[in-house]
Amino acid sequence: MNYKLLFSHRKLWTLGRRRSTSRLHEGIRVSGQALFSSCSPKVCVVGSGPGGFYTAQHLIKARPDVELDIYERLPVPFGLVRFGVAPDHPEVKNVINTFTQTAKHSRCNFYGNVNVGRDVTINELKEAYHAVVLSYGAEGNRTMGVPGEDLAGVYAAKDFVGWYNGLPNCRELNPDLSCETAVILGQGNVALDVARILLAPINDYILFLQSTDITQPALEALAQSQVRRVLIVGRRGPLQIACTIKEIREMVNLPGTKPEMLPADFEGISEVLKDVPRPRKRLTELMLKTALETPGEKELERRKSASRSWGFRFFRSPVEVLAEPRTNKTSAIRLAVNRLEVEGFTRAVLTGEVEDVTCGLVISSIGYRSLLIDPGLPFDSRKAIIPNSMGRIQHTPGVYCSGWVKTGPTGVIATTMNNSFDTARSMMEDMDSGALDVSAVKSGSQSITALLRGRGVKPVTFADWEKIDSVETKKGEAEGKPREKLLSVEEMLQVAQT
Amino acid sequence: MGLVTALRCLKPRCWSRTVTAAWSGWKGGERSFTTGKQLRSDNKVTVNFINRDGDRITVKGSPGESLLDVVINEDLDFDGFGACEGTLACSTCHLIFDEEMYKKLGPVTDEEMDMLDLAYGLTDTSRLGCQICLSKSLEGMVARVPESVADIRQTKDGSS
Repeated sequence: MNYKLLFSHRKLWTLGRRRSTSRLHEGIRVSGQALFSSCSPKVCVVGSGPGGFYTAQHLIKARPDVELDIYERLPVPFGLVRFGVAPDHPEVKNVINTFTQTAKHSRCNFYGNVNVGRDVTINELKEAYHAVVLSYGAEGNRTMGVPGEDLAGVYAAKDFVGWYNGLPNCRELNPDLSCETAVILGQGNVALDVARILLAPINDYILFLQSTDITQPALEALAQSQVRRVLIVGRRGPLQIACTIKEIREMVNLPGTKPEMLPADFEGISEVLKDVPRPRKRLTELMLKTALETPGEKELERRKSASRSWGFRFFRSPVEVLAEPRTNKTSAIRLAVNRLEVEGFTRAVLTGEVEDVTCGLVISSIGYRSLLIDPGLPFDSRKAIIPNSMGRIQHTPGVYCSGWVKTGPTGVIATTMNNSFDTARSMMEDMDSGALDVSAVKSGSQSITALLRGRGVKPVTFADWEKIDSVETKKGEAEGKPREKLLSVEEMLQVAQT
Repeated sequence: MGLVTALRCLKPRCWSRTVTAAWSGWKGGERSFTTGKQLRSDNKVTVNFINRDGDRITVKGSPGESLLDVVINEDLDFDGFGACEGTLACSTCHLIFDEEMYKKLGPVTDEEMDMLDLAYGLTDTSRLGCQICLSKSLEGMVARVPESVADIRQTKDGSS
């Protein structure tokens, strides 16, 4: 069955007509002349991931006069939908369809290959547009801040994910998968994505991966991987785990693997469950079942034949990554043992004990982090977000933010959708109240593209992206994959601009 | 795992029910000398949506269609509804029913429950619209679109 897209043009037009008619009448009453020549508000959005696209979508839908330009640093759009979502979660990427509709709308233009902060400044955008929305996400990571973090074999989850998802600046990562044990710090959904991919090289799962958009080099490296055991480590306890039940269920059902949990970690947990809300309760019950229940015959058989294992480890924080003597290769990670203290919220407190875990691969999945792209902007470096109130950037009228740079790097696509809609609503309120002055004539993309031309920057249009899309799709077809991603900016530009 | 994901991309429940409904309709349905068009409208199921402004919107869907299908086909304008296009990868088609209707909707799979658990404003009579298939027994159903479409994936105590 074909899905009609939710973003219905027919509906949009009807909504628009009512609004512009009333505005027209207002214009005639007030000034005695029609407001036909009132310029359309010009808005630019920086970043083309879910944050940027959902904000754009809401604005275009709600105001029939807004003209919108989306600037993106890479030649390809969609941000973390393309580079973050795990290859074995293709249905999550369906949002690309609705983003494509928005990009192809007559009042929306996409300009890829434009680095805001380097090729053009925020001030220059402020001059050319009535409003600027920053939705450039979180491209950095939180560091563990421990000795040995720079040893060979230690990677940030963001980079590991970028590597198997084809992010251009991660293509040289070449992670060393020749060790038996991998330790992942952090227990959010990204950590579980990484664990699934690491445990893939077996039977059905890698065959399945071969039918996804995981990059070919990553697939080949995984096929050679010696990793047999993955430990997913968190500072606190089972009740504080940050991942969601769907991802835990996927681990439990992962073919060719068996769970390896420590029953002691779950002491006292089932007693407190009855008062816990259903979502947390179900998730914890699934973990308890996996850790404590004696498996049935079928499951026992399955576990006996499993060649790989995974497990959660709780109450542990990294204190040092240890190297093999006289090398810079990771040989173990030293973990501090924690206990929990409840003071309003539950936090981990060091007990003084440590324990060493032998491993050759350490992946730190403790959070992405937004960067400051223009020194003129306010920035909260503790939370790593741009300080704002409902998307309105503090002390910076006319500049808004949405997505992770607004709220911090947590949440799924739908969370970002809601947060983007909120920012769009704030901007519309400001347009209606006059707090955002849209009466002046602004040059919009005309002046910005001229400026970029003068600086030797050639933007990639949406039609250009569709050329890249077509090449990737065709390459993928030959291998039974939805696409084979181009891995470098140079290749992308070559396809886009010839 | 792959099989599960692959299945999610189809709409197994609704799709097979469409086939069944069509087949049993053809085999044992009442004979009628009216035109095909009228036969189809006899088969339709009335669904009432209460949108976020409290307005009641009454539409008709065909047996076998999911409530998400109905929202899309009738161009109902619920902000952000059905982001993953019915593949159990989000919770944005969250709908709330009254007790009686909820009981008629049948059992919930673990997979639906897993995604429903992330819905904002979750209630005991909540379901995901993409998993509810229309049938004549659901005639006149009322489905409320709750306040927001935010997925909540934060630690319970809000610490980062």
